[in-house]
Amino acid sequence: MSIAIPADLEKEIDKRITHYPVSKRSAVLPVLHALQHHFGFIDEDAVEWTAAKLELEPIKVLEVVTFYPGFRQSAPGKYHIRVCRTLSCAMAGSYELMESICEKADIDRSGVTHHDPIAVSKDGKFSIEFAECLASCGTGPVCLVQDDFHEAVKDVDGLLAQYK
Amino acid sequence: MSEEKSDLIDVQIDGEWHKFPKGTRMIEACKEAGVEVPHYCYHPKLTSPGNCRMCLVEMGMPPRPRPGDDPAEPDEDGHLPIGWMPRPVIACANTIAPNMGIRTTGPLTEECRRGVMEFLLANHPLDCPICDQAGECSLQEFSVEHGKGESRFREQKVKKPKNVDIGPRIRLDDERCIMCSRCIRFTDEIADDPVLGFTDRGSHTTLAVHPGHELANNYSLNTVDICPVGALTSNDFRFQMRVWFMKEVNTIDPNCGTGCNIVVHSRQDEIYRITPRENNDVNSAWIPDSHRLNYHWINSELRLTDPLIKDGKSHRQTSWEDAIELSASKLSGLKGSEIAIVASARMTNEELFMVRRLATHLDAGYVDIVPRMEKSDGYLISADRNPNTTGAKLILGLEDPGSKLGKIKDAIIKDEVKALLVLQENLIDDADFAAEDFSSLEFLLTSYPMANPTAEAADVVLPGACWAEKSGTMLNVTGRLQRLNQAIDGPGQTMQSWEIIRDLIQNTGGGNGIYSTQDLFNLLTSEIPDFVGVTWDQIGDLGMQLVDTGETIPLLEKERQRIAKGLIVG
Amino acid sequence: MSKVIYTSGKEPHARESRVVFKNVDREGWDPSIARYMSEGGYDQLKKAMKMEPQAITDEVKKGGLRGRGGAGFPAGVKWGFIPPNNEKPVYLICNADESEPGTFKDRYIIHQDPHQLIEGMAISSFAVGAKLAYIYIREEFPEGAAILEKAISEAHEKGFLGKDVLGSGFDLEIYVHRGAGAYICGEETGLIESLEGKRPYPRIKPPYFPAAMGLYLCPTIVNNVETLCHVKHILEVGGEEWAKTGTPNNTGTRILCVSGDVVKPGYFEVQVGHVTMGELINDMCGGLKDGRKLKAVIPGGSSAKVLRAGEKFTVGRGDDAKEIDMLDIPMDFDTLAACGSMAGSGGVIVIDDSRSISWVLNNINAFYAHESCGQCTPCREGSLWMKKITDRVVAGKASPADIDTLDSVARNIDGRTICAFGEACAWPTESFIDKFREELVGDTDASNSEKILNPESLAAAANLS
Ligand SMILES: Cc1cc2nc3c(=O)[nH]c(=O)nc-3n(C[C@H](O)[C@H](O)[C@H](O)COP(=O)(O)O)c2cc1C
Ligand code: SF4
Ligand code: SF4
Ligand code: FES
Ligand code: FES
Repeated sequence: MSIAIPADLEKEIDKRITHYPVSKRSAVLPVLHALQHHFGFIDEDAVEWTAAKLELEPIKVLEVVTFYPGFRQSAPGKYHIRVCRTLSCAMAGSYELMESICEKADIDRSGVTHHDPIAVSKDGKFSIEFAECLASCGTGPVCLVQDDFHEAVKDVDGLLAQYK
Repeated sequence: MSEEKSDLIDVQIDGEWHKFPKGTRMIEACKEAGVEVPHYCYHPKLTSPGNCRMCLVEMGMPPRPRPGDDPAEPDEDGHLPIGWMPRPVIACANTIAPNMGIRTTGPLTEECRRGVMEFLLANHPLDCPICDQAGECSLQEFSVEHGKGESRFREQKVKKPKNVDIGPRIRLDDERCIMCSRCIRFTDEIADDPVLGFTDRGSHTTLAVHPGHELANNYSLNTVDICPVGALTSNDFRFQMRVWFMKEVNTIDPNCGTGCNIVVHSRQDEIYRITPRENNDVNSAWIPDSHRLNYHWINSELRLTDPLIKDGKSHRQTSWEDAIELSASKLSGLKGSEIAIVASARMTNEELFMVRRLATHLDAGYVDIVPRMEKSDGYLISADRNPNTTGAKLILGLEDPGSKLGKIKDAIIKDEVKALLVLQENLIDDADFAAEDFSSLEFLLTSYPMANPTAEAADVVLPGACWAEKSGTMLNVTGRLQRLNQAIDGPGQTMQSWEIIRDLIQNTGGGNGIYSTQDLFNLLTSEIPDFVGVTWDQIGDLGMQLVDTGETIPLLEKERQRIAKGLIVG
Repeated sequence: MSKVIYTSGKEPHARESRVVFKNVDREGWDPSIARYMSEGGYDQLKKAMKMEPQAITDEVKKGGLRGRGGAGFPAGVKWGFIPPNNEKPVYLICNADESEPGTFKDRYIIHQDPHQLIEGMAISSFAVGAKLAYIYIREEFPEGAAILEKAISEAHEKGFLGKDVLGSGFDLEIYVHRGAGAYICGEETGLIESLEGKRPYPRIKPPYFPAAMGLYLCPTIVNNVETLCHVKHILEVGGEEWAKTGTPNNTGTRILCVSGDVVKPGYFEVQVGHVTMGELINDMCGGLKDGRKLKAVIPGGSSAKVLRAGEKFTVGRGDDAKEIDMLDIPMDFDTLAACGSMAGSGGVIVIDDSRSISWVLNNINAFYAHESCGQCTPCREGSLWMKKITDRVVAGKASPADIDTLDSVARNIDGRTICAFGEACAWPTESFIDKFREELVGDTDASNSEKILNPESLAAAANLS
């Protein structure tokens, strides 16, 4: 395994694991979240590391990683954007928002498939994918950029300009 | 209602009332009533996720009277009318309740089955004729019975990996997988080797091993048996033979003292595969891969096919008559104390009985067997790698099997023993003997299925039938008497040990009048105390506990715990 | 108590009764414990600690509090399902997955008034005997998770959580557990599996009713954020008093979330049953946009069966029976159920006449096809099949017969799956076809039935005979 886990990251992970006194396995999601937060995505080494940490077979971690769209298995752009695709946002123009962001950030989504939902801009600055309902349907179209939530997005230039 | 005080409950199945013990799963109750409920994910030895939905049936209970209403009138048998639920329930995971009604026929159940079949086939390749599972695919079976004739699925199918190498012995076709999770549950719950899992989700769910890992445990091939479709296939058997061409014989596995119950599948005296047969007192429903696959030598070039006698340095073919006559003449000149017999705990009880007769007849100085003690694997493989040590002990009166082998060797070296009969063993490879140890012998006879160094040194070499080529009984480590049934005929002039010994006795002046294994069984069960009174039918397909050795089978102990916890039916 | 002033432009509508949402969008309010305690925060926990746990459950039962997460099951009754002779640990889980499309209420409680939830959870944990509780929050609320963790540590410092809560001898730890973007983690047994670190495959019920065999196979109470907040308010006024709000069997207030084609979408906390669909849309949300007419409403999250504008329903029994228009439906659990739909999670999605029904249904089907966990056959195969058919309807590549197939696929899922996702994904299709068949068929073309779309399976079908 070639993954280097900084000491403070491992410390944080160890602390998270204590939140599950009954079963370490319960800590799979928090461990993966911490790793993705640090590395940007979950690669095979991260899966193996998590499995070793929690004393699980790696497949039991991969089962989880591949189930959740919240975990990425390849590197996203510097800023990862998730645009809500679901009904209320779609009615409020989220497909148009997606198109507009892609155009302005130079992202080509033509290669997107079920297995590869993320497209990255040519310069690697932005990556984008559709997400399902982000629970803010009254203020659509909405999107998440990294951990920042944006409602009723109209001004795409202004949105992208916030991320240098 | 009947006033019986018991744990039996009344359940109506397709209009007929039956009684079953409390806690019985609906599917098992139906089975006992002779009604097969189709199912894919359910396996009595595994936990029940209820995921395939094939076992949906209509269920009802007597309705509770509304407040103020009079309770309903019971019918003449005392049963209350059943109020049928509008929603179907799964029969595999639900248990019966008093006065429950189950309908496995009728519009609701049939609609459910048709619907589930259609869903299962939607993304499944419809190329049965080229699928290796054809003929024993439950999907194919049920689809003919319950499916719709033509496909309404007009969309593109989901594409998944095909022909994936998931381990040294198994291949996976993910497009055929119906995601019943049986294989995953087997590896998690029985084999304690949780290397299988589902990746992705929804319709894209894919059975997988972790990249760089493999399904390699010694029980892996059981997943092929329980896979209801052709998704998991055995490299050993794939595309070798269409199943409907094969003969199936129920017998037992001779690779260790457990005596796993098996089915031998063969065609024209060639074995194509071995599968486990359920026996809850022996092997549950499983068998180790190492035992299952240990059959290729049977049809190999290494088999001895003709009697041989030593001619100078090499051996030459001869007839049975000559070989036996030569042996008899060598033995006749010797005193009993100059003769030693090493028999085998791979022999059946009937064969061991003949060994006993031979020993008595020759008044042999020594009789022993070759022990094979190793470590148990903690599942099904017992520490004793002989299948019938228990029988050998009882019939030959051995207290400590193998303890006389050293003395025999010494006695040969001291010239006290001049003739050695090695029956179905190979002392050089499997016991502590070297070729030089035999040099002072006047006569060495050996019978064995395959060429081997002991035979190399022998004056007379007899081709002995192997386990698949003979019938009889064996006693496993726990003391269970089980039937070994002949699956194929041996190659060339192979003979079964009891025939070899019968001829030896006859040619050395003994008479017996034994003409069949049935005769032998009758003698065994009238002469050997522990066996007295046992009948062939009594043993049946699943054996009978004859003696109690105190030994247990670890896998069964674990299974009992899971049953006690209510996790599995068992 | 100081007068409650709301941020300009976000004032509650006059018909609202703000209880759980009292502090949402409030001027001068913040999520700190100091602010919360400045107006009686944690007083109800103090009160609870002096009560018998059973007495708290009794108050919740008297209040008739029905779950706000979707199913509307009475919370007190659920708590009572913990086996009486139980010796295993008990767990409480707050369902903060808020994943039902059209629903956006828990978000505001979590972000703006986290201590209300923590107090509600602490009281509920005490009532059911849970010493360990989790908040399962959707991953898409990263800020919410941080706010909750901060609130928990503040509550710890004040002795409201941890060992020996307020000297009562009761211990309680609450942890925040983040999901990772899966709708099925809102389903309580899927949530539990997820919390156990496994794929969130919902469990079969029976036998795995959470109150008896939930987290780690121990008794577990799962309640929605809004439900748990109400517990605090029930304790404050007493169950009987609380039950006087709302309508009989549909007590209390609840938050309705309106989105879609209205002038002013938003959230409204109203007494259950005091507001009709028409009042909600036309008065509270400012009606439809200029020149638009109402076409349909999905009343309780995208899983609820759609109601067609102008549809008439018979409600009430016997002498009370009367026919009402869709706009006159009071927004309560029982009436919406009587109208063949459900109050669900309170997410009301309004659809006007500019929308194509095929497009709407296809968007919904895409959601369910994406979110099916894939564990059980009908939902796994059916959800994607339905999506693929409506893909073709939208693309003009379907035939009228495809609508019949679509309908029967939905009905082959409904009622036959492991979890209620089966109904959730089938009901939209069933109800849209029931109520808008003509429009859907209008988007198809009979000539498409001749086109071979999947030669592979047509040819192969011949092999199955
Ligand atoms: C597919 C599906 C998704 C659900 N999503 C949620 C959800 O996001 N939040 C929620 O509180 N309940 C959700 N539920 C309902 C929960 O299963 C459960 O009934 C609820 O959390 C119980 O809490 P309550 O009684 O307080 O409503 C969902 C149910 C289903 C079938
Ligand atoms: S490979 Fe076979 S046993 Fe395993 S899940 Fe698929 S269909 Fe079931
Ligand atoms: S109904 Fe759907 S979501 Fe629920 S268990 Fe089955 S496949 Fe999963
Ligand atoms: S539909 Fe976009 S947030 Fe709900
Ligand atoms: S056999 Fe699969 S659900 Fe019952």
